[in-house]
Amino acid sequence: MSGLEDLYREIILDHYRTPRNRGELDTPPATKVDGHNPLCGDEISVYLMVEDAENGDDAIVTDIKIGGQGCSISQSSASMMTNAVIGKRVGDVRAVSRKFKSLMGIENVDLQAGDDEVDLEDLEALQGVVKFPVRIKCAVLGWNTLSSALDEALDPAE
Amino acid sequence: MLSIDAVRKEFPLLAERTIDDARVVYLDSGNTSQKPRRVIDAMTEFMETTYAPINRSSYRLAGEATDAYEGGRKAVARLINAPSADEVIFTKNASEALNLVAMAWGRTNLSAGDVVVLTEMEHHANIVPWQMLAQERGIEIRWIGLTDDGQLDLSNLDELLDGAKVLAFTAMSNVLGTLPPTQLLCSAAHAVGALAVVDACQYVPHNVTDVQAWDADLVAFSSHKMCGPTGIGMLWGKMELLDAMPPFLGGGNMIDTVTFEGFTTAPVPAKFEAGTPPIVEAVGLTAAVEFLEELGMANVRQHEMALTRYALDTLNERFGDDITIYGPDNVEVRGGVFSFAFRDLHPHDVSQVLDETNVCVRAGHHCAKPLMKTLGVQSTTRASVYLYNDEADIDALADGLEGATDIFGL
Ligand SMILES: Cc1ncc(COP(=O)(O)O)c(C=O)c1O
Repeated sequence: MSGLEDLYREIILDHYRTPRNRGELDTPPATKVDGHNPLCGDEISVYLMVEDAENGDDAIVTDIKIGGQGCSISQSSASMMTNAVIGKRVGDVRAVSRKFKSLMGIENVDLQAGDDEVDLEDLEALQGVVKFPVRIKCAVLGWNTLSSALDEALDPAE
Repeated sequence: MLSIDAVRKEFPLLAERTIDDARVVYLDSGNTSQKPRRVIDAMTEFMETTYAPINRSSYRLAGEATDAYEGGRKAVARLINAPSADEVIFTKNASEALNLVAMAWGRTNLSAGDVVVLTEMEHHANIVPWQMLAQERGIEIRWIGLTDDGQLDLSNLDELLDGAKVLAFTAMSNVLGTLPPTQLLCSAAHAVGALAVVDACQYVPHNVTDVQAWDADLVAFSSHKMCGPTGIGMLWGKMELLDAMPPFLGGGNMIDTVTFEGFTTAPVPAKFEAGTPPIVEAVGLTAAVEFLEELGMANVRQHEMALTRYALDTLNERFGDDITIYGPDNVEVRGGVFSFAFRDLHPHDVSQVLDETNVCVRAGHHCAKPLMKTLGVQSTTRASVYLYNDEADIDALADGLEGATDIFGL
């Protein structure tokens, strides 16, 4: 069961059992974006509050909530994601997202100068997922949905 | 009675493949079945000795290849008791067969406001082609609902069929295992003048099939779920219907003649087989049908009924309230497909843990998202059995589920 223990690390199970920042935010003012994994039907909703959106990368993520259902990997990844982005500059959130996706072995991540220094904290625990390629989609579901939510929050006209 | 030990020896993957030094417990045949040695060998031997184009060239080898390909049609016709092999059309898979029905028959015979009746337990392959027609020309789709135990709720069938032009339904649910009353549904469709289309993808591999006894109009199924290769599917239809239908795909082989002005079509079945068909696959399929005939489909069904009973009892006894198995409990009306919810665990996590002991199951919506909505779930874990599975496989599944409990500390 060696592989499985790498996948289901205690911290992951903890976030799965007690997900952080679950719930909803009022829209507006918050932005809501739904993401889904067409393979398994998992659906996730990201509610995002961004302050001073006109500042672009310098805008601040003031709140985030997660709705929907998913497996332990997608749920724990989304839960950790909320902790990793609350209170951060949008530019820094995007850097964490790039770093995390490259940790997941996603190709074509456009890593930028400084991304190396990003501390993924708890999210490092998800690196075991790489050994289970079918589950990578689960781990990045929340992140892809967050990216769409950021785009929408910064440019609501689109 | 089937001797499962003997049967399993015929399947190289099941007999020989190991992962982490242990055998593979394959419980995903509802998805696609494993292949017996004779199917693999028939395809290889054909390519080594007889491979040539069909229907186009006049040398002897091409004649032999054509006979081999047509042999597939004859074998399939025998298996489903079709009156004529010419009524069997080869497609890429069951999905293409159902698209053929919706596009060729549907586009000719359906217009805005016409009603197509489906059931809530259809596979996307028998939903989306009709929804495409709904988008294209505004046909109406009505749905036969389900009872609490996952059978079709036929209490308002007359109402739903009132004015319908098509009733298209699965002969066995790929999620619930439910076996609806196919003959009754075909005759109910005919009573209102509707076309009876049967998705027999899950039925043909596991049961004695008699399309004449059903009195179905069009029946779709796939080779890869019945021990045959991928890349070939079947549509059987009544000749007068097929004759009257326009072609689906255009190209070589399906024409009688082509001029600068237009084309005329070849007779059925060639009319529906544009381009170079799956020749090698038809040869493999022939071997698969012969294998099934040798075992006897009645024996296959009997074996799977007993195994289904064993599985339902074992899982319910070992896990009680911790497991919810969807679909009917009566094995007379259900096949060997077990979709379930296990504790609060997500199907992905369940299948991941089962994979540790080489138990292969599917986790997800099983290409039946509307049905997931009816069941009130997002996804399920699904184990499905076939003629090579036995009680030890079910025990391995149950043992694996026990392991899931430990890992997630439940
Ligand atoms: C009931 C049912 N219908 C249709 C299909 C589609 O078959 P194929 O993927 O071979 O086209 C399947 C396969 O999963 C099925 O289970």
